[in-house]
Amino acid sequence: MTAFIIRRLIGLVLVLFAITVLVFLIFFATPGVDPSARLAGRNPSPETVAAVKHEFGLDRPLPVRYGLMMKRLFISRDLVSYGNQALEVVPAITSAAPVTFSLVFGAAVLWVFFSIAMGLFAVIFKGTIFDPLLMILALIGISMPVFWLGEVMNLITQDRLHDTFLFSWVPPLGYVPFTANPWQWFLHLIIPWITLSVLYIGFYARVLRANLLDIQNEDYVRTAKAKGLSPRAVLVKHMLRTSMITFVSLFGLDLGVLIGGGALLTEVVFGLPGVGLLTYHALLSLDLPVIMATVIYGAFFITIMSALVDIVYARLDPRIRPT
Amino acid sequence: MAEFAYEPEPEVRLAPGESVREISGRSPWQIAGRRLVRNRIAMGALVLFVLIVVVSFLAPVYANRIAHTDPFVSNISGTTVVDGKTVDVVQQGGGALGLGEIPIGPTWHSNYFLGADNQGRDVAARVLYGGRASLQIGIASAVICCFVALVLALIAGFFRGWLDSGLSRVMDLIWAFPVYLLAISLATVLLTTPGGLKLGFVTIDASSLWVPTLIIALVYIPYVFRPVRGQVLSVREKEYVEASISQGASNLRLMFAEILPNVVSTVIVMLPLMIATTVLTEAALSFLSIGVQAPKASWGTVIEDGQGLLYTRPWVAIAPGIMIVLTVLSLNVLGDGVRDALDPRAKVRVRE
Repeated sequence: MTAFIIRRLIGLVLVLFAITVLVFLIFFATPGVDPSARLAGRNPSPETVAAVKHEFGLDRPLPVRYGLMMKRLFISRDLVSYGNQALEVVPAITSAAPVTFSLVFGAAVLWVFFSIAMGLFAVIFKGTIFDPLLMILALIGISMPVFWLGEVMNLITQDRLHDTFLFSWVPPLGYVPFTANPWQWFLHLIIPWITLSVLYIGFYARVLRANLLDIQNEDYVRTAKAKGLSPRAVLVKHMLRTSMITFVSLFGLDLGVLIGGGALLTEVVFGLPGVGLLTYHALLSLDLPVIMATVIYGAFFITIMSALVDIVYARLDPRIRPT
Repeated sequence: MAEFAYEPEPEVRLAPGESVREISGRSPWQIAGRRLVRNRIAMGALVLFVLIVVVSFLAPVYANRIAHTDPFVSNISGTTVVDGKTVDVVQQGGGALGLGEIPIGPTWHSNYFLGADNQGRDVAARVLYGGRASLQIGIASAVICCFVALVLALIAGFFRGWLDSGLSRVMDLIWAFPVYLLAISLATVLLTTPGGLKLGFVTIDASSLWVPTLIIALVYIPYVFRPVRGQVLSVREKEYVEASISQGASNLRLMFAEILPNVVSTVIVMLPLMIATTVLTEAALSFLSIGVQAPKASWGTVIEDGQGLLYTRPWVAIAPGIMIVLTVLSLNVLGDGVRDALDPRAKVRVRE
């Protein structure tokens, strides 16, 4: 087990290194482009271009430039945005990250709860109209672009039905830190949580239902039924528990993807100042240092999460432990 | 015990008036096709999808013959006729302080059916044109992605060794990126490259639809590559492949005549789900203004245009979204049907 973890961690470090190289190459070694012109943002003055050239040592060979860039990103942490010289990239990301965490973890709670409920109900009501109905709902949830759903939610809760008793409690778009006012934090995030979780509720409910139906003829399920357990106990204690192995590993990966940048569209639509919104603003002004840093941050998160999932998975299920 | 004694088949005696119906052999493809055709829900989804495609590709007809507008030219000072009255397409001074501009809302007539956007362009016509671009990008990128992934998976799974580990590592690397962030990085770089992207002899202009198409195709390759490679690895060990090897079949023959037919069904199952995914991705990229570039339209760009008008003219943003939902929903249902028809036991998952 220890050897496996160590091997997995070495692999992780190698992937992280490869990611930084790839991102660097995408942004600074695309053929036929002068990176300094792009680094400096839209319509830069000649002085800015010259300053950029000097700062990054663009006259030096590629590996040196890579080293300089990574040093400024990870060691001295003084990489600055070129759209706004006062903005330091690393602090900007660390101060935006709690917003993204709040959004993603709240949505995760919702989607775990509702997808398990939906999947279980679909299986319990198999053969009645409720099963296909629930699954159609799940499919519709999967088919909606999240940013569009967010706009429709805004239209309803901020404008059309805002002055009715239904949504008069919805505060204007934006974010209040948990440390400043927990209640306002909660109110501001409810609609974004729901919006972000819809896709995952639909997806996980479908996976769970398929999984439960798959294992309903397994020996241990028959044994549980034969020894006289109630149908509910069989479903919850025996079938659901086995299905949770798949569920948990999917969950870990999706959590990593969302924190690593998947929540970008939701943040943009609801004006939540997380890492996604930071990336989006950088995108509008083509602020390459910021985009590069957020992409590296996101990829790091996903890779680390997937390594964690592998390790937890090996711990949970001895069968898949590699030798 | 006289085991295995050969007994001649008893002769079939037909009752008077009875006839023999020969059962024709059916290939697995025919069986799957029949299963799919019998699946009414999947067929309904297919009809819906084809309908959306046809309507979108008739966009020029709608714009020229029915709406009589050019949805790519701004028409801020234009007028249209509603209920016999001439109305400005974009009303000046409709905003809070007597400033700002409010485009006309849905007229539910042929001209400006869904209203106009900020530039005074016909939204209904733009949604149809947008559908054309979105579907082109979605279908082309899914097909390219599946094709490239299939070829790479065949090579990796067949030759194994360093070729396989090299390809697999590259795929792992792409996989490690958040899909949207990788697409964003590539799009930012490609869109800002002056003079367009030069790929050997071909130069792709930054405003070309090929930019988002190729980016989206590239980003999803590992999602198809991984399961197919695994299958190639297992099919390669089958007895019929060994038999073929012992007959002296060449590598190409083994790959394309023996292995390919046995893994291609996985790719076919993934294709509709892949198109659903790529259509959603295209919409997201265009919404972030790094997909389809103005003045071209796609569903994502129209939603972006509608964002500023959300509370005054919500239909600009809602209409293209409904088209996306219908398209993706029909593809998801169709994909489920194809999977059930081809391989009821398969557990394929495709997603963003």
